Amino acid sequence: MKTCLIVDDSKVIRKVARHILETLEFQVEEAGDGREALTHCESKMPDVVLLDWNMPVMSGMEFLKLLRQSGHSDQPKVVFCTTENDMAHIRAALEAGADEYVMKPFDRETLHVKLQLVGVA
Amino acid sequence: MEVSDSSSRILAGLLEARTGQQLTMSRRWRIETALSALLRERSIATLDELITILVMNKDPKLADAVVEALLNNETYFFRDRAPFDMIGQRFLPEIAQRRPDKRLRIWSAGCSSGQEAYSIAMMLSADPLRWQGWTFDIIGTDVSDAVISKARRAHYTQFEVQRGLGIQETIRWFEEDEDGWQANEKLRKMVKFEVRNILDAPPMGGPFDLVLCRNVLLYLNNERRRAAFERISTVIAPDGGLLLGAGETVIGQTERFAADRGHRGLYRPVDLTSPEAKLLGT
Ligand SMILES: C[S@@+](CC[C@H](N)C(=O)[O-])C[C@H]1O[C@@H](n2cnc3c(N)ncnc32)[C@H](O)[C@@H]1O
Repeated sequence: MKTCLIVDDSKVIRKVARHILETLEFQVEEAGDGREALTHCESKMPDVVLLDWNMPVMSGMEFLKLLRQSGHSDQPKVVFCTTENDMAHIRAALEAGADEYVMKPFDRETLHVKLQLVGVA
Repeated sequence: MEVSDSSSRILAGLLEARTGQQLTMSRRWRIETALSALLRERSIATLDELITILVMNKDPKLADAVVEALLNNETYFFRDRAPFDMIGQRFLPEIAQRRPDKRLRIWSAGCSSGQEAYSIAMMLSADPLRWQGWTFDIIGTDVSDAVISKARRAHYTQFEVQRGLGIQETIRWFEEDEDGWQANEKLRKMVKFEVRNILDAPPMGGPFDLVLCRNVLLYLNNERRRAAFERISTVIAPDGGLLLGAGETVIGQTERFAADRGHRGLYRPVDLTSPEAKLLGT
């Protein structure tokens, strides 16, 4: 079973995403901000991270940069999942090492396609 | 608003007469939803009133609009992915070896709002080394005016774009504007669209090396489906291929095509004049 870490400060979004991911047969973990997510990755790397952009304490972008600089060889795939849907944000995310990008709102089909594209579903 | 049996029969009959599509039970339930926007637009109060106008043939344009509203246009970019990989990595490169004129002709039949045809165009352009010097004629056809106009506009919502495209594909081929994503000039130039009924004459520009007819013939009756396969067979190259939707087949539907064991989901035209075909009694 593949593991997915959902990083989002919205409980509702985490719940919806968890539900979809479980139907896609992922084992799901949750974090409410970038800092929590980093701690999580330090103890156990997931196969894929579903990452919100704007969060308190540490943003998705900061998290991603730190994760990619961390030197861990078992780097997870990172799928940004955000309401920031303009070209500038998309390019910045890809430059920082994101593998895919989902613009909210999204549905099961979209998430499934994106996870297939990064090779985890 | 309750849709009576007789009303739904009349609407289903109209749809089938125009397009061959039978209204499935699940779609019969949704007639009301499908037509509500149209009723509002034309200030028609009830379905019965609509039926009256249709039956008296007072407004032929209205009948077209009803048919369009009842059609199932669901589609997305790179639908089911795997067939596109097979086509792009194996089938088209193989057939290309037999095309010294460096030209490939592709027909997306029942193309809806164009995603299928543009997916093929994106796929081929993503491999410039292999296809350097090649010309592609890609044509998409659909019975519905509305979807063909949309295909020509090549403008899609965020939802439509990300339901199939990777982010790199999106930013490479589309430009973002206030209400969605516009396919760029290069991509749009590769594909032509035409309103055309699959039950009528096929488009010009054949013989086609690849015909995609996916999720279109599902709800046709056997006789019409057979006729559609027959028409497609008249414009497909002898070594060309027909791609159907996942879960669709030609088996028991037509003698004009046979499954290609080496390419999953692909069907090859059968030469009915060959001794082998005659021997099989087809
Ligand atoms: C479900 S969509 C499939 C679109 C695309 N081929 C795909 O697989 O994603 C079916 C399309 O076939 C079109 N269609 C239905 N009957 C047709 C007919 N008789 N001639 C041409 N197109 C037809 C519909 O208008 C609709 O756009």
